[in-house]
Amino acid sequence: MAFPEPKPKKPELPKKLVQNLECKQGAVRAVRFNVDGNYCLTCGSDKSLKLWNPHKGTLLKTYSGHGYEVLDAAGSFDNSQLCSCGADKTVVLWDVASGQVIRKFRGHAGKVNCVQFNEEATVILSGSIDSSVRCWDCRSRRPDPIQILDEAKDGVSSLKVSDYEILSGSVDGRVRRYDLRAGELYSDYIGSPVTSVCFSKDGQCTLAASLDSTLRLLDKDTGELLGEYTGHKNTAYKLDCCLSEKDTHVASCSEDGKVYFWDLVEGSLMLSLPVGRGVVQSLSFHPSEPGLLTATEGHVQFWREESHMAEKQLPGC
Amino acid sequence: MAAPARRPPPHVTEAWPRRRAQKMAAPGASDSEEEELAGYGTALEPLPEGERIKKPVPLQEQTVKDEKGRYKRFHGAFSGGFSAGYFNTVGSKEGWAPSTFVSSRQKRADKTALGPEDFMDEEDLSEYGIAPKEITTTDDFASKPKDRIKEKARHIAGITSSIPGTTALDDLIAPAKITIGVELLRKMGWKEGQGVGPRVKRKPRKQKPDPEVKVYGCALPPEGSEDEEDEYQPANVTFAPKDVMPVDLTPKENVRGLGYQGLDPTKALFGVSGGEHPSLFTDGSEKTSNLLGDLRHSKGRKLGISGQAFGVGALEEEDDDIYATETLSKYDTVLKDEEPGDMLYGWTAPKQYKNKKGMEKEIRYIGKILDGFSLASKSSATKKTYLPPDLPRDYRPVHYFRPVITARNENPLLLQALVESTGKLETDALQQNRHTLNASQRRELLGETALKGPSPSVLEYLSGKDKERIKEVKQAAEQQMKTQTLPQQSLNISSFSYGVHQKWQMALGGQLATPSSSDFKPFAKNPEKQKRYEDYIESLKQGQKDTSESHTDPGMTEWERGREREEFFHAAVLYKSSNPVLSSRFTRAKHEDDTDKVEVPRDQEMDIDDKESAVKMKMFGKLTRDKFEWHPEKLLCKRFNVPDPYSDSLIVGLPKVKRDKYSVFNFLTLPESTTTTITQTINEKMQQNISPNKPKKPSRWDVSDKEKKKKDSISEFISLARSKVNIQQQQPESVIEEDRSRTNEPLPNKAVNESTDQKEEEESRPSMDLFKAIFASSSDEKSSSSEEDSDEEAHQPPSSVPNSESTKHANLPDTSSADVQECMAVTSEPDLVPPLLKEELDKVEEFGPRLPPVSFSKTTQEHEPVSLASSVEANQKEKPKKNKEKHKVKREHKHKKEKKKKRKKHRHKGKHKNKKSEKNSNSDTVDSSDSLSDIEEIIDLSSQELLRRLKHLPAMKQ
Repeated sequence: MAFPEPKPKKPELPKKLVQNLECKQGAVRAVRFNVDGNYCLTCGSDKSLKLWNPHKGTLLKTYSGHGYEVLDAAGSFDNSQLCSCGADKTVVLWDVASGQVIRKFRGHAGKVNCVQFNEEATVILSGSIDSSVRCWDCRSRRPDPIQILDEAKDGVSSLKVSDYEILSGSVDGRVRRYDLRAGELYSDYIGSPVTSVCFSKDGQCTLAASLDSTLRLLDKDTGELLGEYTGHKNTAYKLDCCLSEKDTHVASCSEDGKVYFWDLVEGSLMLSLPVGRGVVQSLSFHPSEPGLLTATEGHVQFWREESHMAEKQLPGC
Repeated sequence: MAAPARRPPPHVTEAWPRRRAQKMAAPGASDSEEEELAGYGTALEPLPEGERIKKPVPLQEQTVKDEKGRYKRFHGAFSGGFSAGYFNTVGSKEGWAPSTFVSSRQKRADKTALGPEDFMDEEDLSEYGIAPKEITTTDDFASKPKDRIKEKARHIAGITSSIPGTTALDDLIAPAKITIGVELLRKMGWKEGQGVGPRVKRKPRKQKPDPEVKVYGCALPPEGSEDEEDEYQPANVTFAPKDVMPVDLTPKENVRGLGYQGLDPTKALFGVSGGEHPSLFTDGSEKTSNLLGDLRHSKGRKLGISGQAFGVGALEEEDDDIYATETLSKYDTVLKDEEPGDMLYGWTAPKQYKNKKGMEKEIRYIGKILDGFSLASKSSATKKTYLPPDLPRDYRPVHYFRPVITARNENPLLLQALVESTGKLETDALQQNRHTLNASQRRELLGETALKGPSPSVLEYLSGKDKERIKEVKQAAEQQMKTQTLPQQSLNISSFSYGVHQKWQMALGGQLATPSSSDFKPFAKNPEKQKRYEDYIESLKQGQKDTSESHTDPGMTEWERGREREEFFHAAVLYKSSNPVLSSRFTRAKHEDDTDKVEVPRDQEMDIDDKESAVKMKMFGKLTRDKFEWHPEKLLCKRFNVPDPYSDSLIVGLPKVKRDKYSVFNFLTLPESTTTTITQTINEKMQQNISPNKPKKPSRWDVSDKEKKKKDSISEFISLARSKVNIQQQQPESVIEEDRSRTNEPLPNKAVNESTDQKEEEESRPSMDLFKAIFASSSDEKSSSSEEDSDEEAHQPPSSVPNSESTKHANLPDTSSADVQECMAVTSEPDLVPPLLKEELDKVEEFGPRLPPVSFSKTTQEHEPVSLASSVEANQKEKPKKNKEKHKVKREHKHKKEKKKKRKKHRHKGKHKNKKSEKNSNSDTVDSSDSLSDIEEIIDLSSQELLRRLKHLPAMKQ
């Protein structure tokens, strides 16, 4: 039975506001989907970390234990653990179910901007304002990091991890990619302080947002510029950028309260989504569907594509 | 009834019903009546007298031991039983990977066939158990049954097995299969019957032993028996090596006689041997030849002592040796314990050594003696050892290849190149360098005698030691000729710098460092120099003012001397000043590390200027990329499930190299004591040398810092920092800013600014309060900002940067404390940030991109629009007392308002506060319409080019 594949639908952008979560945790510093996109984490400036179901808009759990505002968080591949980092210079590993702190990693000399699990959640990587990336071991009880990547000349603002690579964006205007398999470090000069980096889903490109209000798509292997995306405003704050679920679009926060979408190939602005009045500080794209989380001030919005139908309400609910 | 009463309690209770029954039945009844009574239950057996009841074993004594009697720790049944896992866990040191549980419920029916192994203990399967599991050859690798080698193996098996001849059955039932090993050998040209190995030339035949000679005892191994016939031996013909049976090393475990072979079934059944009588008692060599497969036994060759066990087989044609010389007398007839002669009955404890000599030997040799070996009675002749030859005193164990350099013109350059090419300046190399030798070293090399005493310069006369002076006067006269080379002007210089030094020495007085051998050795590399330094310090302590002069190397030039003096002086000052502090806080390193080297990453990131220009031209790729060798930690690789790319290297991170640090004093920032041009040039030179060893992590702002020094203007500094940010974005605002700066702010450093590039400077001109925020105290800032606020309110600059404060700070990313304060002040929930933290934050220096302010106003939401004015009021209500914060809030709102206004392009010029709410609602609607217009406004920058590149990307997911 060889039917021809149905023509793939044109990818849709999340335009429809589905949920608006009032987080009540001060400013939401970061919002992150979990690994399958069913839940999300919000990092508050009131030292709390919250777990939500953005589809239903319900608060599931609050994790408190940070000493100062939480700046970034990530969930493990099996949803059993969370890690978060904050301005209290610590990286915290949480148990999802109990809400207890499993471990606290101390060692950074300044506030920790970004945190990531590796693929198997055996290592936590954290990038800090102290210009180092530290690799913390979740397996052993060693208090000090496995390795400190201190090649950056200025604070590390963003960090991503693939199965064998560590990508870090630094305020010194460089994007560094540590290739563990090849044992090599690639340093691409962007020129302007890098605020956010990410891998494309196919693992061939890297996207870097910098303070010159530009996003750049670089070829991972050669460092060549594949695309440049401008139109938004990012000159002062550490804002996120991301790629859509099928790598078709590039999205970025902006200081003018919007989220901008560009076509990845054409580089043309497809949509500027007005989110709020304040700076849209953080965003997170659903890993498999056209869904977007944005964080501005104390709120988190969940956006879906126009054709999205609301989830079936269970009879009991 | 006394006896039951004496019984221990349990028994008593047991006996009680009976007793009672007796009483109740008949108090005066006799014992016979007792038997009629009914008894219930079974009585306990009476305890034997004197035995105590067994108490339950207390918990602490319930121990478990393993088979060797060691205690086992019990960890609970659910955590792995005895001594399981890693520190009571089921994991290991490296963690625990959960194995997925697979239910066997469905398969339970399938698992019916239980082998005997299922009911056996582990011990039974171990090496000495009843069913040892051994590594056995599988069929694939076992040899072919018809293979001769296999046959030989069978022979051995037949010999050693309990029932001789069982191999015959195996021969009959055989799979037709050739094993891999044989296959391979055949492909390599091996044929059955040949040995394995390279072909050899046949050696010239030895004299054959006479076949008829009777040999008793062990027969000689047959040699060359196959080739007895062929006489002709061509010179260049090689032969395959003979098949050699490996020496049979199987121990004799049976009780049969030595050399007993059992019946050879091949001979017995098939008569391969031509009806030869199977010999049971052949000598060892005969046996091996049999095993080798030499099955053609000639009758004549059967010469050893042989015998028979069970007579002749029925199928045998001949039995020519029925009258063999076997007699029963050769056998033991009685089975009895043989009494060993040593009366030890097999006890093999160490012997009692009576022999003194033997004892000495035993003492001499401490260690195990292998089985089958005994200690030699005669000690072997001791080897005479010869002492190594005496080395010459100046012998160096390292040979270095001296570059062949003759005295020619290009030498300095060549030397320079050589030195540079090595990357580091080894001190040895330095000493080799002709140009770095000082006069005394040259003198030593040339073997000249040293000059007596210090060279008599005029300065020497300043010395306080009269005796020496007199002596020197004498010598001065003698050596006047030699020392005429001393240049006159250097004398001047030295005397000048010398004066300055004296001043310092006076100031420091006797507080200078005391040189003790273990303490501070700045010149440890150069012992001569160190000695001079110590002398210098010593004399300085004694209050001599011209110390340096008397302790310098007489062979040095005046310039060198001056330089050294400087160095000594600095060293002394450094040590002095830091001594009490350092000594109390630091301890000496245990391992002396190479203090003259600094670890520097081998590969430095390339020059940033080139990249800057490359980025501007959008020439990303090779120009902007640096590639380094980077060594991940082994454990990190393990955690990432990636093989370690540099598994045999110990480096972690970027490879580092050691570079010369030169001198500690290069880094000193002591006041320049001398103004001589010479020393300055030296310093400059040195600084140039240091420059590659800059502090490892310069901040992004270091560059501008340097610039600041150079140009000595803050605005320059700012403009430089600003230039990093995209200029185009700022272009429209710059004009306004310029306006504002002119109208509002009286600038103290205007004159300086105006002298510089007008355009760039104006564009980047920050407001006055920024400077104050940086350089003035917080109270200052407060007043100024409030002033500015009122100014702003009055003028209402039509369209400025939406968040002028923050943008400016971003442009000057070394965010000031005032900025942070502002952020904090804006917080709508003041209780969220405790005052202590706030203070802390004030101190914190911010780097890089900032976080947006916590909230502009809690209620401002796109979806539930609330008028801004109300929120302002709310905020004001919240903080009625804090005037400063109120201002901040106001300003924040203004910025926001401005942001909106920016789009509207001067539409709401000069509006007042009370109209803000209306304005905001307007701006909201404008926002959405703007978003559409934004799309149209997009400028596609060389999209064609980018498109082209993208399409070249292989397998890009779209």
